[in-house]
Amino acid sequence: MRRLVQRVRRLPVSLLLGGLLTALVVGAALLSLVWTPFPAEQVRVVARLRPPGPVHWLGTDHFGRDVLSMILVGARNSLAVGAAAVALGALLGVPLGLAASAWGRWGDEAVARLGDLLFAFPAVLTAILLTAALGAGAVNVVLALGLFNAAVFARVARGAALAVWRRDFVRAALALGRGPLSVTLVHVLPNIAGVVIVQGTVLFAVAVLNEAALSYLGLGIQPPSPSWGKMLGDAQTFLFTAPLQAIFPGAAIAVTVLGLNLLGDGLRDALDPRHRSAGLL
Amino acid sequence: MLAFLVRRLLTLALTAWLATLVVFAVLEAIPGDPALVMLGTSAQPEAVAALRAQMGLDRPWPVRYAGWVGGMLHGDFGTSLTYARPVAGLVADRLAITLPLAGLALVLSAGIAIPLGLFAAGRQGRAGDWAVMAFGQMGIAVPGFWFAILLILLFSVRLGWFSAGGFPGWEAGAGPALKALLLPAVALALPEAAILARITRTAALDTLREEYVRTAVAKGLPRRAVLRRHVLPNALIPVATILGLQFSFLVAGAVVVENVFTLPGLGRLLYQAIGQHDLIVVQSVVVLLAVTVVAVNALVDIVCAAIDPRPRVTA
Repeated sequence: MRRLVQRVRRLPVSLLLGGLLTALVVGAALLSLVWTPFPAEQVRVVARLRPPGPVHWLGTDHFGRDVLSMILVGARNSLAVGAAAVALGALLGVPLGLAASAWGRWGDEAVARLGDLLFAFPAVLTAILLTAALGAGAVNVVLALGLFNAAVFARVARGAALAVWRRDFVRAALALGRGPLSVTLVHVLPNIAGVVIVQGTVLFAVAVLNEAALSYLGLGIQPPSPSWGKMLGDAQTFLFTAPLQAIFPGAAIAVTVLGLNLLGDGLRDALDPRHRSAGLL
Repeated sequence: MLAFLVRRLLTLALTAWLATLVVFAVLEAIPGDPALVMLGTSAQPEAVAALRAQMGLDRPWPVRYAGWVGGMLHGDFGTSLTYARPVAGLVADRLAITLPLAGLALVLSAGIAIPLGLFAAGRQGRAGDWAVMAFGQMGIAVPGFWFAILLILLFSVRLGWFSAGGFPGWEAGAGPALKALLLPAVALALPEAAILARITRTAALDTLREEYVRTAVAKGLPRRAVLRRHVLPNALIPVATILGLQFSFLVAGAVVVENVFTLPGLGRLLYQAIGQHDLIVVQSVVVLLAVTVVAVNALVDIVCAAIDPRPRVTA
């Protein structure tokens, strides 16, 4: 037990704080699967725009829906979209980056140009384009964010893999007759996993921010399913009468993104102490 | 330098061409008839047929693509169905709001971030450094559109100093117009400033470890003079690169923030065009924004290469 406490104490502060905040949000999302104070989609017009109180802890919205329940379910939706976008990006981008590192100059060039192209379309712009073509919805948001993430993952994986290819144990494996695919899977991939995971947490945070922005515009998660961005969009209409409505969903987004960013920083510090910075920073 | 310049311009042209292909392909993939999508299912068949002819849907796609790209190269972006006006004119009108907004946001972002980053680097590990980096973490975590709503809540709803949205037009005078752009620019600038402050701090710390800086300190030069004369010029290269990359985030942010403040800029035009199924506007504005992002990044690369020879050598 004492050894465990000592080990935890040695971890970067950002990792601990980021892990705590992320666990809080994931916990809220999981809790919403089994319990919410009220059904999140239950409309009660007689109880509309209630301020925070003993019955509705965070008040109600313009349809009389319980804000706390919506925030809990919103956490689930936001994390689901973020996770799916990161998974899609990693599934497309990491193999691409690995292939580019193994193929030499032409592979490099192809990934660099693909990256340039995908970076030309910020995720919000891609989502707008896809919405114009296919209609609004969470699936198109995942697709748009996933494509943007793929470009980032490809670049990061390529850069990290190139460094691994130069190492002695990889040269030894090649000299022993192992093929590029085998070396990539057995030696390169496990050695870049840390970098990819760190990048994944950062992109997760960016995906949560972008999903919220797109839902605010009405292009993301569609009603009646609650989303933090849409809640902020609705709250803006009632800024003069119910200003608190505009506080809670935004704070939920900020806490989630802060937690994920700190977690990413902490993981980076823990995996590569050369990057270690002062405490939280 | 010339070889680098040619190579970078060729890459720019290739990426811009690929961007037009992507946009065209995505809108080609619309299930059903695009003319019907734009006019709605209750439209008269004659109107649909007329729009199909206007959009050139009766021609094969390579011909349409070539016509579209050729038109854009000559400044003809097509005609908006909703506004019954050439898209080029519409875009020009909206740019008169979006460009000053983006410019103001960039100036604010750099104006806040560079001094803060230098300040933090000069006090590494001390309270000032912690405060700046905490600002960096919070600025990145707070969504720009939420910050925009909070600004409206404070400065418009509570204090009544600014209007909650809208734009009086440049004809009302530069003062009222800039006042209408100030809160949106602050909202756009915060996340950019947060990232930039961290980058400036890191770049300044790297420069502070250089021998010529140590020599300057050893000579007894005041800290402020060392930071201004020796650290800042060298730290500005990575900062300029990041500023270029941030332009794409600024574009994305402008689409959202213009909608929060109901500013009739390019972002709002794009957003409204989706609701109105005005695909010609969507297509043209998305390509324009994507090509602008690519061009700005290329420009930053070229400027940085002109200042610092290392990227030229690497390339």
